[in-house]
Amino acid sequence: MTQSKPWIPYALILPSVVFLGLLFVVPLVQTLWLAVSDNGTPSLANMTTMVTDLHFGRSVLNTFLLTLAVVPVQIVMALTMGSMVAKMNGGRETILWIWTIPLGISDLAAGMVWLSILQNTGYLNSILFGLGIIERQTAWLTYQTPVALFIGIAIAEIWRGTAIVMIIIVAGLNQVPKEFKEAAEIFGASPWTRFTRITLPLIRPALQSALILRTVLAFEVFAVVYALGGRNFPVLVGEAYNWQNQNQNYGVAAAYAVLIMVISLAATLVYLKAVKVDPERLP
Amino acid sequence: MANIVIDNIKKSFGAFQALKGVSLTINDGEFVSLLGPSGCGKTTLLRIIAGLETSTSGDVRIGEKSVIGLLPKDRGLAMVFQNYAVFPHMTVYENVAFGLRMQKADDARVKKQVEKAAGLLHIEPYLDRYPNKLSGGQRQRVAVARALAVEPGVLLMDEPLSNLDALLRLEMRTELKTVLQEAGTTTIYVTHDQTEAMGLSDRIAVVHDGRIEQVGTPVEVYNNPATRFVGGFIGNPPMNFITMPVTGGQVTAGAQQFAVPAQGGDIVLGLRGETVERAPTGHGLDMHVRVAEPMGSHLLLTGSILGQPARVILPATETVKNGETVGLTLDPRRLTWLSPESGVSYPAAA
Repeated sequence: MTQSKPWIPYALILPSVVFLGLLFVVPLVQTLWLAVSDNGTPSLANMTTMVTDLHFGRSVLNTFLLTLAVVPVQIVMALTMGSMVAKMNGGRETILWIWTIPLGISDLAAGMVWLSILQNTGYLNSILFGLGIIERQTAWLTYQTPVALFIGIAIAEIWRGTAIVMIIIVAGLNQVPKEFKEAAEIFGASPWTRFTRITLPLIRPALQSALILRTVLAFEVFAVVYALGGRNFPVLVGEAYNWQNQNQNYGVAAAYAVLIMVISLAATLVYLKAVKVDPERLP
Repeated sequence: MANIVIDNIKKSFGAFQALKGVSLTINDGEFVSLLGPSGCGKTTLLRIIAGLETSTSGDVRIGEKSVIGLLPKDRGLAMVFQNYAVFPHMTVYENVAFGLRMQKADDARVKKQVEKAAGLLHIEPYLDRYPNKLSGGQRQRVAVARALAVEPGVLLMDEPLSNLDALLRLEMRTELKTVLQEAGTTTIYVTHDQTEAMGLSDRIAVVHDGRIEQVGTPVEVYNNPATRFVGGFIGNPPMNFITMPVTGGQVTAGAQQFAVPAQGGDIVLGLRGETVERAPTGHGLDMHVRVAEPMGSHLLLTGSILGQPARVILPATETVKNGETVGLTLDPRRLTWLSPESGVSYPAAA
């Protein structure tokens, strides 16, 4: 009986708590201190350096634009994919398996995949040239083609990151009993009404999780951007990386890290409020 | 209000034939139960009528109009589901109003209909609540109110009481009967519970293995089962089946003799447990009692007659000991005779 030894659950939890404490809380506190200190004394110097840096404004703008472009598309795509797969009788697992392949690829590798498509000598140019649409190699990923670069990065990110959203949403859809949809159908709801008035409200918890997870990940976008655009498309994590490795200025890098964390927390709070999950209104 | 004609409906799932040609006519305002064990095809038939499932062949007509190919919403029906399917994210009011909202009814009509249905089912106090806060019985009332609020021509109910506990089931059964009589809606009620079917229905269609075995009033189906299956499925305890030898068109049971619709060989006697009377041994059939259970309202005897398992019911005033042999006389008007080969009963003697 575990009741006779009440310390057992705590003992079992302890290793993970110690692990998280050492590898998460300690670095977090250190980073926070690093960001708001200068040579061991409290200071806003790192913040000032970050904010006045040439790339700061663009990296904030780019990160937000990319998040705004990618997350809604991913949610809509995941909902569509999830709804389609729910209608399938056979082969469902196979399709889901294929759709989740990008999840198994590291984000840097994903960036390289899309680089091989979009670079000057890449597959896209080869195809366009073969079809006679372009006459010579066209550059898509330079600072002179910011729109094409943005679209390229967005597509790569969508390709890479939709699967995780879809998995969460499929799990949510699976929990909606089919009787709800059938009842709605009997009482005259069209397929679109069934989706908006029955399915969507019932998968709110999954939707909320997917939105939070995907948005936080979008604010942390780096490897794909780095592979495709380098510094032609500055983003927040990329700047942190540059200050850390290129400039060897850990303080400013820490300031960026803290900023990303604050943005992620803020986004999470916004979602928790906006996509409220009322346990009273769940099945 | 509408009548329903089910005309030779067949349904296959791959190689499995769920419905093997089912025909049934349900009159306007009638309450018909589809009664059968799980997997017999009764729910599939209901879903075909609802339009949630397509039949392989055959026709369904509601109010003289074929509804095959029509969407569920265009069939003029409403449905109550086994697990209620009350929308958890809507208040009880909006649940009951759902069908009317889908019909784009104006607020005044919605309010009037919701209040009427809520009144019938006694759910007015919960209209502002979410279903999550309600008990199973209350949710089922909401589901019925939602169905009645649209004033459907046909009401389909799929095992609506099976998720409720026994006491609540009995209470809801009585209440459903009252409510539906008042509403006068043509109702098809799927159940595997023969007491529900007996208590509620104008007529019962006993479904077995993808076919309708018998259609009749509860009393007809109970007293004159068309097949061995029907007799065994309906009634508690189920009908006893005792194989007896026939000599010269007669069956002898102790001092009793019965003319039977066979000349020789064997015949099966279908005997309802409560139709016997206690007598000295040798007067009719003798029963060896293995267990005697005084149930308060009656005495239930389990044992064997002519070496074949049997259950009979005697008045509570009788006393029988375990292991005793009792004599039972039979009421010739209440016997069913069945063919031992086909299990089909011979027509009741006029």
